[in-house]
Amino acid sequence: MNLAALMDCLTSASCLVTQTTSGLIIGMLLFLVAAGLTLIFGVLKVVNFTHGSFYMLGAYLAYTVNGLTDSYVLAVLAAATGVGIFALIFERFFMSKVYGSNVLMQLLVCYAFILILDDAVKIIWGPEFKSMGMATAFQKPPLFIAGGIVPVFYLFLIIVTLVISAALYLVITRTRFGTVVRAAAVNPSMVSALGINTGLVYSGVFVLGGMLAGLAGGLAAPVRSLTAGMGFSILIESFIVTVIGGMGSIAGALLGSVLIGLVRSFGSIGFPLFVEGLMFLLMAVILILKPSGLLGKEG
Amino acid sequence: MLSTRPNLARDISIAAVALIVLLLLPYVWPSRMMNDLVIRVSAFALFATSLNLLVGYTGMVSFGHGMFFGFGAYAFGLSMQRLGVSIPTAILITIVSSALLGLVVGAISIRLKDIYFSFITLAFQMLLYSTVIAWVPLTGGDQGLMGGIPRPPFLGIDLSIESHRYAFAVTIMVVGLLILRQIVESPFGYTLRMIRDNTERATFLGINVFRAKLTAFVIAGVFGSLGGMVMALFVSGAYPEFVNWTMSGEGIFMIMLGGLSTFIGPAAGALILSLLNDVITRGTEHHGLFLGAVILLFALGLRKGVTDFIADWFRTRREASTRSGN
Repeated sequence: MNLAALMDCLTSASCLVTQTTSGLIIGMLLFLVAAGLTLIFGVLKVVNFTHGSFYMLGAYLAYTVNGLTDSYVLAVLAAATGVGIFALIFERFFMSKVYGSNVLMQLLVCYAFILILDDAVKIIWGPEFKSMGMATAFQKPPLFIAGGIVPVFYLFLIIVTLVISAALYLVITRTRFGTVVRAAAVNPSMVSALGINTGLVYSGVFVLGGMLAGLAGGLAAPVRSLTAGMGFSILIESFIVTVIGGMGSIAGALLGSVLIGLVRSFGSIGFPLFVEGLMFLLMAVILILKPSGLLGKEG
Repeated sequence: MLSTRPNLARDISIAAVALIVLLLLPYVWPSRMMNDLVIRVSAFALFATSLNLLVGYTGMVSFGHGMFFGFGAYAFGLSMQRLGVSIPTAILITIVSSALLGLVVGAISIRLKDIYFSFITLAFQMLLYSTVIAWVPLTGGDQGLMGGIPRPPFLGIDLSIESHRYAFAVTIMVVGLLILRQIVESPFGYTLRMIRDNTERATFLGINVFRAKLTAFVIAGVFGSLGGMVMALFVSGAYPEFVNWTMSGEGIFMIMLGGLSTFIGPAAGALILSLLNDVITRGTEHHGLFLGAVILLFALGLRKGVTDFIADWFRTRREASTRSGN
């Protein structure tokens, strides 16, 4: 524990700026993963434990495509598309078979895929840590805001994730697909009675969630070291986020992500060894005070 | 209360026979590997059966039961290393402290329903995991409890001798399962089943659902930690993997594999998964790939535990014979 360092940081503008931006980066990337997770849960009432592995897959796909084409944009697009296709296969051939079963069967299918994908990544890309390196377009001197150091890439990440979040909001609230998705979350049998193929909606939601996770993996690849276990830690974090924000609520996921991002970035100064514990503590406190999450519906 | 149960004598004789068979096994079939397997399965059988008290009997799907397994291993190991107490005292400390842990975690978690209960138990487990990793001076961090656990002799039992260790582990397992069996067959056990099937009805009949669930949670925690203790004795240490989420994942796979509708199912699952893990570890480096494939085959193909199949087979046979008898 190092409370003095934390106090020093909280009272210095430069440290405040640096830590807040890094917290926002963590939070916004987390939001892309958590939004998919919460969307899938909201509509299908299924907890997709493989969601972290989708993120991992996105990061590794981006790593390979970036190495082949030397284009970061292509790498990120490939990550989103590739993981979207994988999510479709996963949903159609595996997950959809256990929708009717109890939650334990769904958990087992996901557990199996986490094990398989972690091993597959080790076989294909090797067990050692990989680092993608910063794309050439972002190899510029960092900005200084109020004395705090902000890399250009961080600014880019915040803007891109904000744009995606806004687009997601518009898709869910303004398009026909979004309306159907929201309706299916409330009353799937009514939606199906109105002649809409709910199976297709479910696949669509899974693919959308998978693409968001793949995108997050691709975007994060330059600033994270890639390893086979990276999926599980982000999975646990996105769970915390969705539980804090309220399962099924996208706005809640955004709030939860930013909160967790800030806890991580400031917590790493005050409690360097207990950052993870801090997140769980926050989740436990919120669950006790408001069991359905900050923005979740009661019941 | 227990004496009114006609099956008590039967349970005790089955347990006695099982214990005798297991104790004689090393003499009939002397093999180091066999002994190791039986000790490990004993630890996991306690762990899985106690988890099933929550999942199968009460309908509380805990994702964090590995917390107790790991806690038991560390509590026992630390008592022996740091406090220098005798083994029975260390066992008592393990039981009391894990009951306290279960009381605190349970009192918070049980307020939450369904998937939220699952998450908060997982969260508590990962909190314990982070603590174990971070508190290096006490726990040894990611290296685990090093330096071995002292095993001073007590009551003529010397656990540094392999055959004593073996007998000790199987005795704890058989007695533990016998006690758990009495709990699930007692009126309290049937109260838990009613809570699982119809919570409202249980409340309506004047049952304090919260207290019943909390009691089940504490009992499950204590027996889960006994499993961890047996494991710690066996490996003479405690490692962070015991507290990690994969432990809970394996526990759930064990009860699904063995079948959660029979009492012995989870223990059977513990045996099958341990055998499976041994075969996979020996045959390939790609442990996750193969174990994952087996789990998938199970979840999408069999969809039922091994003992469920056996129970179903007996049921259809009995039904067929009563029909032909008419």
